[in-house]
Amino acid sequence: MIFRGTKRPDGAAAVPKADVKPKAGLSRHLKSEWQLYALLVIPMAFLILFKYVPMFGLVGAFENYKVARGFFGSEWVGLKEFGNLLKHRDFLPALRNTLLLNFLDLLFGFPMPIILALLLNEIRSKWFKRVTQTLLYLPHFLSWVIIGALAYQLFGLNSGIVNNLLESAGLSRIPFLQENTRWLATYVAVGVWQSMGWGIIVYLAAISGINPELYEAATVDGAGRFRQALCVTLPGIRSTIVVLLILNLGRIMGGSFERIYAMQNVATTEYTMTIPVLIYRWGILGTQFSRAIALGLFQSVVGLILVLITDRVAKRLGEGGML
Amino acid sequence: MRLKPKSEKNFAGSGRNFAGSGKIPKSPFHAISPATVFWRAVMYIVLAASSLACLLPFVHIVSKSVSSNAFVLAGKVFLLPKGFDLAAYTRVFADKSIVQSLWVTIVITLSFTLIGMFITVCMAYALTRPQLRGKRVINFLCVFTLYFTGGAIPDYILMSSLGMLDTIWSLILPLAFSAYNLIIMKNAISSGIPQSLEEAARIDGANHFRILWQIVLPLSKPILATLSLFYAVGRWNAYQDALFYIKRATELRPLQLKLYYLIVQASESFHLEAVVTDMTNPEVLKACCIVFATLPILLVYPFIQKYFVQGVMIGAVKE
Repeated sequence: MIFRGTKRPDGAAAVPKADVKPKAGLSRHLKSEWQLYALLVIPMAFLILFKYVPMFGLVGAFENYKVARGFFGSEWVGLKEFGNLLKHRDFLPALRNTLLLNFLDLLFGFPMPIILALLLNEIRSKWFKRVTQTLLYLPHFLSWVIIGALAYQLFGLNSGIVNNLLESAGLSRIPFLQENTRWLATYVAVGVWQSMGWGIIVYLAAISGINPELYEAATVDGAGRFRQALCVTLPGIRSTIVVLLILNLGRIMGGSFERIYAMQNVATTEYTMTIPVLIYRWGILGTQFSRAIALGLFQSVVGLILVLITDRVAKRLGEGGML
Repeated sequence: MRLKPKSEKNFAGSGRNFAGSGKIPKSPFHAISPATVFWRAVMYIVLAASSLACLLPFVHIVSKSVSSNAFVLAGKVFLLPKGFDLAAYTRVFADKSIVQSLWVTIVITLSFTLIGMFITVCMAYALTRPQLRGKRVINFLCVFTLYFTGGAIPDYILMSSLGMLDTIWSLILPLAFSAYNLIIMKNAISSGIPQSLEEAARIDGANHFRILWQIVLPLSKPILATLSLFYAVGRWNAYQDALFYIKRATELRPLQLKLYYLIVQASESFHLEAVVTDMTNPEVLKACCIVFATLPILLVYPFIQKYFVQGVMIGAVKE
């Protein structure tokens, strides 16, 4: 029987180790450990088939891909499709919108959980804290379809409750979702609403890791609660904030297809065409597969580069990173 | 001088407990000033307002769904129902396609969760065994999928060439492998289960299947619950893949996609019976559908919330 190697000095030390040279006896190793590899067969099949085979499909970006001919039979055109892509009139608006929506999300959505976590930390009433957290987490559990439908029920021009309230207050109705700029504002606000509660969790965990002695010292020095929040709690979670900010910057090329599709309408198309939406339009609604794959590849590669850069930056700042 | 070490568990605000359990600080230098009272009130108000902002939309929509059409059309329904009327619910439940889509969602959610958990558990167990060879390569292959994917169109072409378009398999199989869940499961196994336990079992002659089934799984029940819920809620809520893959087979539309067509796109009308003529404005019906689709999540939400929070905490810890 083969015991595990010497990698784990803890725990394993108590057990008499059969002296195994990891390199020796592949057949013996397999004979005793075949079940481990058997456990891996089905998961690896899923991993390869559904994650790596599609990556091979990216060669379609360099071909004039035709469904009937497949990836092997289609004509190789090199970078031609990328040239067409960059020149396409929808490309720059889609790129701009993707960056704009993500940037606005970051600008307004990022500080909210920090503020809420700092506030929650000051609350002493346990039940108030628990109820607040439960309610704040709720939107995270709902699908974008429901949230989108809800947004139209609340902010609709003719029957939305907000506009009904405005009208009964003697004000005029506001087209929250029917006019481009207002749509954008509503989109961002709904995003903040959806994510603000869930983001709190990480910060609360970070706050609970702060050394209590720091607070005692601050109290002795005469710092009030506000002062303590500013000078102890905030610096205490600074590294968490930096890491999350950097990681979010790395995702600025990503995009939520579901969110946009659930919230868009025909009247406001100025900001709704993002890269994922364009890919859907070209590749699924239309049949310009090669161009859609090229656009997807562009997005993935730029996104990967951004993630790598931001991770490097996080590590350089001594914050650990996540790769 | 922590007065209430027990509340350490409640991670919000532990570490501040020296300030006492809601009592005024004992230091003679601290008297509560009006400014403190004011700021404390502001904090409570901000938090209460934010949480109400998360709750009230649902109160409104539920009220709307059980109100009579006339009041809704007149814009008179705010937080309480007016002219109690369950007719819309009767109609939604009479609409076979909506009930069918709920059924489809239940089936795909259950099978997706089962398959996903099977993959996650098997892989996490194998990858946490030190004697496994090629671990680094497999780990890299898994983590890489977090940062780079083929993208929507290659996925679609794969589904198409596997003949899975317009079948429920396209909603069950492709997303069953999740690197994120795998990492959480691995973290949980390697930090939560003592290695010596497994070694003892091996000495007693137990094989890997038995160790996994009789030692590892029973000891990781909480994390199994968490990850199953990650899978289930994720599947329940997603509609992008259904929008891409389920086109002609309208009877296979999951609930979220059905809702999308019914309400967001409003391209599909309710299968109303001919007698119904008063539904010129289906606002009540829409509200009712939203409630219909939200209710399952709302019912289980209070019970599953804590598992989600735990999952996020474990996921945030690096290997």
